[in-house]
Amino acid sequence: MAPLLDVRDLTIGFPSATPVRNLSFSLAPAETLAIVGESGSGKSLTALALMRLLPSTARIASGRVRLDDDDLLALPEVEMRRRRGRDIAMIFQEPMTSLNPVLTIGRQIAEVLQVHRGLSKAQARREAAELLDLVRIPNPERCLDDHPHRLSGGMRQRVMIAIAAACRPKILIADEPTTALDVTIQAQVLELLDRLRRELSLSLLLITHDLGLVGQWADRVVVTYAGRKVEEAPPDVLFEHPLHPYTQGLLAASPRLHENLHYRSARLSEIPGNIASAATQAGCPFAPRCPVRLTQCRTNVPYERDAAIGRRVACHVDISESSRGLHHDAAVSY
Amino acid sequence: MTLLSVTNLKTTYRVGTAPLYAVDGVSLDIAPGETVGLVGESGCGKSTLGKTILRLVEPSAGRIAFDGVDLTALPERRLRAYRRRLQMVFQDPFASLNPRHTIGDILLAPLDVHRVGSRADRRQRVSAILSQVGLPEDTVARYPHEFSGGQRQRIGIARALVLGPDLIICDEPVSALDLSVQAQILNLLANIKRDLKLSLLFISHDLSVVRYLSDRVLVMYLGRIVETGSHQQIWKNPLHPYTRALIDAIPDPARRRYAAPLPGDLPDPRNATKGCRFQPRCPLATELCTQQSPELRSARSGQRVACHHAEITAGPT
Repeated sequence: MAPLLDVRDLTIGFPSATPVRNLSFSLAPAETLAIVGESGSGKSLTALALMRLLPSTARIASGRVRLDDDDLLALPEVEMRRRRGRDIAMIFQEPMTSLNPVLTIGRQIAEVLQVHRGLSKAQARREAAELLDLVRIPNPERCLDDHPHRLSGGMRQRVMIAIAAACRPKILIADEPTTALDVTIQAQVLELLDRLRRELSLSLLLITHDLGLVGQWADRVVVTYAGRKVEEAPPDVLFEHPLHPYTQGLLAASPRLHENLHYRSARLSEIPGNIASAATQAGCPFAPRCPVRLTQCRTNVPYERDAAIGRRVACHVDISESSRGLHHDAAVSY
Repeated sequence: MTLLSVTNLKTTYRVGTAPLYAVDGVSLDIAPGETVGLVGESGCGKSTLGKTILRLVEPSAGRIAFDGVDLTALPERRLRAYRRRLQMVFQDPFASLNPRHTIGDILLAPLDVHRVGSRADRRQRVSAILSQVGLPEDTVARYPHEFSGGQRQRIGIARALVLGPDLIICDEPVSALDLSVQAQILNLLANIKRDLKLSLLFISHDLSVVRYLSDRVLVMYLGRIVETGSHQQIWKNPLHPYTRALIDAIPDPARRRYAAPLPGDLPDPRNATKGCRFQPRCPLATELCTQQSPELRSARSGQRVACHHAEITAGPT
């Protein structure tokens, strides 16, 4: 199937840094694509760039974002304003800061419907109640007249999702949608997003630092490090056989995946150093922390290449070689 | 032999006129060299429990016996001597470090307050601790903002270690860190614990992290302990339906789907209901649960659970 959204060669620069470099990915209709990266990997900026909501100091140095037949980055602002919400909508990590504390929930949902779809006040209120029902808020009628502070974190995130879904967008970007929520609530919110994806056949771009989430909820995963894509694969093969040393390191370091490891007898596998070292790195951004780096990694950026069907990787090291030496089950015993 | 023995501890906050029972009758023991993990969601009272043990928050009832001495009965002046032996590491290492003090000042302050040795001794102590937590010598002259999150947590750990404590309470020490750095800090805690024969109370919302670093695990829900057991028992054979829901909710890439998520939200702790506090969200709840609050009872060797219907969940999973 032709992709719905196609991002090519996106580079986002600030005067002092370039947090996203030559990033390319695509999203098929009704697909969930996860972009995974730790803080500083540029994943939230990428989302803001797609929405054309970047801070004014940021500059898109290169790239295009094709949705249907238009390049979103080239649209005039007036036109883009119409597209936001209708074509592409977004929810954020902290639902409290994205909701206006002095307006009722009903007003905030109705506003979207009145502005974007031209509904009357009464129609908008009726549809707002239906949207709250769609996101499984108990007692939607009563919730319409509540202010955000009356709701729990999980319920606020449901309201944000209802607002995002109000104009039936083709694409929903969810930037760390569950990071601020408790684990038992996280599961509810992710299940809701997945249900909306199916029922409204929208495409979901799930941006997260949590590798654990993607296995359950994503069709494809893009792993980023310091603004570059290092690997792309469906989640099952990614976890079974990670190719990039960074992905291998992340999986090895995760206590969730090593449930037989205990501190009395073993240590978790570590990735030495931290991501800050990538900022000034000339070649591969992961080189300073990489256990299998070659001399060329310090000077030449590895470009993305096909590693297998549906798999891409950006690494100079011969992959079959590195995966033999660094299987992700290897844990340091002591 | 226990180092810390907490009995029926209660901490009550006043919210407006209504009391909020943040910690509602918790008992726990920590042996020398043992790590006890305390797991629960936000608002369950786990951080309040940690702070109450240090008397950073005053308890409203109960006993905190440290090395045989009841800390709740000590005047502030005498409490200080015990604070040397009981230290804390916080979640957000940046918020807990004064941005205008050098790391050297931050690490020297506890030694100055407790008048440990000569000035030269204190300096030596600081540099020994820095190398123990894996920070370079020149750290002393630098400021908190110059460090990454992982390095700041190393500084937070160094500060807790500098007085040579017997017990450290770690409150979500890795929650603010990226996965690639989290393992470094967990390994550091495991190593210093082994080398210094420390006891730890390790507080976290993440059961998979708690399982790795703990000998025994306590599961807390709305101010009460609902289950305790060894790390294997809690992980492999959880008895309480809440513990099972916590394990099911851990996103695990190896599992494609998990059990249906627990319905509902954490209730507001101010609206304490009669009966079991977990009952409104519990898949096993019956009439009995709405009437009578279950007490912690022994289930199998060393494992204790507060649930009227724990046997039902004890069956094959």
